[in-house]
Amino acid sequence: MLRFVVRRLLVAALTLVVISLVTFGLFFAVPSSPAKVMCGKNCTAEDIAQVERRLGIDQPLPRQYADFVHGVFAGRTYGEGDFRQDCPAPCLGYSFRNNQPVTEIVAQRAPVTFSIVLGGAVLWLGLGVSLGMVSALRRGTAFDRAAIGVTLAGASMQVYFFGLILLYLLVYSTGLLPFPSYTPLTESPLRWAAGLLLPWMTLGFLNSALYARLSRAQMLETLSEDFVRTARAKGLPARKVHTRHALRAAITPIVTIAGLDIGTSLGGTFITETIFGLQGLGKATVEAVQFLNLPVVMATVLLAAVFIVVANIVVDVLYAVIDPRVRLS
Amino acid sequence: MSELSHPPAAPGPDIEAVPGPAGRPAEFVGRSPGQLAWLRLKRDRTARASAVTLAVAALVALGAPLLGRLTGIDPTDKFADRLNDFGMPIGYAGGISADHWLGLEPGSGRDILMQLVYGLRTSLFIAFTSALVATGIGVAVGVLAGWARGWLDSAVNWLIDLTLAFPFLIFALAVIPILQDRFYSDREAPSPAFRVALIVATFGLFSWTYTARLVRGQVISLREREFVDAARAAGAGTAHILLRQLLPNIWAPILVTVSLMVPQFIAIEAALAFVNIGVTEPTPDLGRMIFNSIGYVASDPWYTLFPGLTVFLLVLAFNLLGDALRDSLDPRSTR
Repeated sequence: MLRFVVRRLLVAALTLVVISLVTFGLFFAVPSSPAKVMCGKNCTAEDIAQVERRLGIDQPLPRQYADFVHGVFAGRTYGEGDFRQDCPAPCLGYSFRNNQPVTEIVAQRAPVTFSIVLGGAVLWLGLGVSLGMVSALRRGTAFDRAAIGVTLAGASMQVYFFGLILLYLLVYSTGLLPFPSYTPLTESPLRWAAGLLLPWMTLGFLNSALYARLSRAQMLETLSEDFVRTARAKGLPARKVHTRHALRAAITPIVTIAGLDIGTSLGGTFITETIFGLQGLGKATVEAVQFLNLPVVMATVLLAAVFIVVANIVVDVLYAVIDPRVRLS
Repeated sequence: MSELSHPPAAPGPDIEAVPGPAGRPAEFVGRSPGQLAWLRLKRDRTARASAVTLAVAALVALGAPLLGRLTGIDPTDKFADRLNDFGMPIGYAGGISADHWLGLEPGSGRDILMQLVYGLRTSLFIAFTSALVATGIGVAVGVLAGWARGWLDSAVNWLIDLTLAFPFLIFALAVIPILQDRFYSDREAPSPAFRVALIVATFGLFSWTYTARLVRGQVISLREREFVDAARAAGAGTAHILLRQLLPNIWAPILVTVSLMVPQFIAIEAALAFVNIGVTEPTPDLGRMIFNSIGYVASDPWYTLFPGLTVFLLVLAFNLLGDALRDSLDPRSTR
């Protein structure tokens, strides 16, 4: 177990190094002049040179990358004298446009995205798995057929359309819900939940379609397996057979996909955030991309990759916990 | 010789009993797996309905200029006289009238139907080209890895893992404007073709992994079969074995992945356009239309409804057809 985790972590670290190299190369070697891009349209050659010096872009690329890595782990200082800007670890860069260390921007935006994704994930997993399980147990009934139809349509629906439909139906025409907004959880849990209900429903309904289809198929497969028959033959109550035996075996592939989905979404649910005007990581990326605010883009892309890699590891370990048939080696 | 060039994938042509006229023994008709799949697909009502939907969409997209000629409306025409002082279309349901079947865009006053028809074109073109590029890369890499084994196989596997760890959507979002900055300065407007090529390249470069894995697995299992040995014993070269012996046996799963890739690309392309990273004005685009409609959801929901419904139906039809195709090509599926 320990060896597995260590090896897995090493591979993950290597993957992250390569991804950071690729993104770094892309964002700082490809643009004709990163400093000019970062400074904006009304900058003189002098301003640009100053930006280059202050951000260390005048150094050769390998040196820049080394500085970046050093900043992430030990912090760094930009400029000197009057322009001195301290950027404590984990320093992801300094946004010239916002006049702010990127870490601060990320720290402001991340809670919004996390709230959207985690609340949505609870809804989509709960709704999807229970719908799939019930329709598998009632295979062929009217309920099952209706569920198949709804999930088929749901799996082809897009967030940007469905979100706007909900917005129209629940906010503009009936006023049942307030327009989405973000209030920190620590400030007022009730307002936090009320403000995010609409994005949660959007993500929850749409993603649950996929999970319902998947868990239905998985459930049907495990229900026909020998160990389920044995459990029934032993005289276990149906409820116990379905949850303890069948569902536990059926849920493993669902955990994989859920883990990856959540990992990917944490990097930014930019469409949901754009529709509802929520200032999360995804919106930050979209805005930064529009102005070619390279340090912010670089940081958010890297962060998104970190979430995916971490989610992969978590899923691998969860596998062994959930499914007794899986042995890590 | 013809036996050699097209070895059967399944145990052999299935034989189906056709009940003959009364009194005579039943006739037996031999059918190849491909014919059987086609029969199953034709019998599937959902598949037929979605195929018709898609054919209509493709025809409309291809005939967009013709439609424009017939109605006398260009997608860029602005009908400002049909908007009121607030820029909202005059009339019911977003200004639906005999001239403008789906109404007008609030603000700009362009004809929504024409925008949709031309947007369909953008959408389908990008999705199909990207699917072709991604499949081409995937098949090439998969065959290479499966055939070569050894270090090359491990290297390809690692490359696939790496690509999968890339946050594709966020990366696409970031990479497209940066590459554009490389080739065009602020003052020049990039040509629409450049933007489209950039999108197709990004999609292709990040979506080949699934196909590559699939093809690699198939090649590994097929390469040990007798017909490959037989071909090699008959003196066939590697190229002949790969192209004429192996590829004909794996086209079915590849076809299924292509058909399921296209709707994904349609949705992602619209998503990128939705955050202003897709094709740029004045090229009509479904995703951008939906984005533009956000501000009018309360006052003119029809503007959101038409492009949203178009993308939804397109993706749904492709998904249904892809599912049906998979079921019909899978000999194990029982329907």
